[in-house]
Amino acid sequence: MTVIATESLSKRYPRVTALDRLSLDIGPGVTGLVGANGAGKSTLIKILLGLSPATEGSAAVLGLDVNTHGSAIRERVGYMPEHDCLPPDVSATEFVVHMARMSGLPPTAARERTADTLRHVGLYEERYRPIGGYSTGMKQRVKLAQALVHDPQLVLLDEPTNGLDPVGRDEMLGLIRRVYTDFGISVLVTSHLLGELERTCDHVVVVDGGKLLRSSSTSDFTQTTATLAVEVTDSDAHPDGTTALRKALTEAGLTLHAGAEQGLPGAGHILLVEATGEHTYDTIRDTVAELGIGLVRMEQRRHHIAEVFRDNDQPAYTAQQKGAGSDGA
Amino acid sequence: MAPETSTQIHNIGYRSYDGPRLGRAYARTSLFSQSLRGAYGLGRSAKSKVLPMLLFAVMCVPALIIVAVAIAVPGSTDLPIKYTTYALTTQVVIGLYLASQAPQSVSRDLRFKTVPLYFSRPIERVDYVVAKYAAMASAMFILTATPLLIMWIGALLAKFDFADQTKGFGQGLVSVLLLSLLFSGIGLVMAALTPRRGFGVAAIIAVLLIPYGAVTAVQGIAYSTGNAGAIDWMGLFSPITLIDGVQTAFLGATSAFPGGEGPSAGIGFVYLLVALGLIAGSYAALMARYRKAGL
Repeated sequence: MTVIATESLSKRYPRVTALDRLSLDIGPGVTGLVGANGAGKSTLIKILLGLSPATEGSAAVLGLDVNTHGSAIRERVGYMPEHDCLPPDVSATEFVVHMARMSGLPPTAARERTADTLRHVGLYEERYRPIGGYSTGMKQRVKLAQALVHDPQLVLLDEPTNGLDPVGRDEMLGLIRRVYTDFGISVLVTSHLLGELERTCDHVVVVDGGKLLRSSSTSDFTQTTATLAVEVTDSDAHPDGTTALRKALTEAGLTLHAGAEQGLPGAGHILLVEATGEHTYDTIRDTVAELGIGLVRMEQRRHHIAEVFRDNDQPAYTAQQKGAGSDGA
Repeated sequence: MAPETSTQIHNIGYRSYDGPRLGRAYARTSLFSQSLRGAYGLGRSAKSKVLPMLLFAVMCVPALIIVAVAIAVPGSTDLPIKYTTYALTTQVVIGLYLASQAPQSVSRDLRFKTVPLYFSRPIERVDYVVAKYAAMASAMFILTATPLLIMWIGALLAKFDFADQTKGFGQGLVSVLLLSLLFSGIGLVMAALTPRRGFGVAAIIAVLLIPYGAVTAVQGIAYSTGNAGAIDWMGLFSPITLIDGVQTAFLGATSAFPGGEGPSAGIGFVYLLVALGLIAGSYAALMARYRKAGL
């Protein structure tokens, strides 16, 4: 089954080509749409919602043609915009109920679905307070809730982690993952932060300058260049387990990165090991066992999808905190 | 085995929705009713109810006084003022109401960028514009027709001639319906031009009052110099005198123009055309405005 299909889709404005013969075939699951600002991500979303006609080519969402079935598509699809879109003087409940009705839900269903959805995105008592007093993280949750409230088959999330701090970003990414795994709703999520999509998405599409740069499953992307984060405990024999393991792993011939996670709590206790294949996992496991220390975690770290972009000199890891100004209040 | 009384956490998982989806027409109606309620502060904060409710009360009080006088004065056979004159006399209140509520209805969606959320749902641009326009016009109609209703009921209680009163009431209703459409159109266009509510309020007051001031001044000069023809044509250039002209020509109203003559049926037809043209123009301008306001 295909959720989104485009066939040599182009969008040209008088002075700029936003999409250039883009052909995509996206199935169910969580799909990341990666590209720098201006790569054509938002243009693609507009076309998929049937709001902006393509210059040439065709596109279908959930099997419906965007040119002829825009209204039907928008009934089955949720959309979370990148920018602020919430009136500050109403409560999250009132706002989401209204948006549910705008999607065609009868009044009673709109109320029930709103209560359910706000709970699922993690808004509880605060949902009765005016949105103006919410933190950026809470506002993002309301924006997500209004996109999910009518139980769509697909949600289009435009930069959902924008303006969030690292913890908020992780929570949002976890939530997005659950949207598919628990709710069964397919997701197209855009980001210019490549790393965060690796853990969240099943499939990543990279666009640049309106062209398809690459489209493949996340495992393909990270297979060759994965980085493993390893954290171990200390033992009596090795009072500093991390250092001991670092030494042992280097001797075993593995490449260790310098701590790339400075500034995060506990960063000093995490070793970043370059994984060159399945055997790397075995080596780490065996080394830890030999040292007799406890393995707290070993996980893949966000990294290196960025290499796809390296030729295009995109600052993939710029920590962008654009929305910081709207925090608090 | 755990005792039955132990606290349990129920995790109600995600429930999908299989119920009806009522589609575009329902969404348009929902937007209409939300906007209409909003125009009187219903469903909004207590603070935002104050002004519209106050203006509504101010609109109704003179009608109640008129009715009280008509009933109290012995031997009276008609209301002290005509149904069609009421809106002209209370035009400042009507203008204030429009200036306060039209920006509330459209500027907010623009300012907080809620418009894209509407257009990402089944409705189209035309639905949004029609729902907002209809809601504003209905709110204006409620504001202007309620006092007429009070007067009509009062007149019937005072046992004035039923046929006369009902005819006058009907003419008044047609007049305020036209006024509601015309004023709402102008107000919404002004408000939709700017996401800043304050500018919208100022622009609406300016568009209603400045032409009116200018028109009455020039009409006054024309009257004193004996140029009666100019009086009739000048009335085309402000919204309220436009309504005045139409209802004087077709709805048996007494004109507030200097001299009290008002336009004849021939010139009155031009008035009607201009009024209808402005309503259609406002609608077209709103449609054009939201062409770009999508995502």
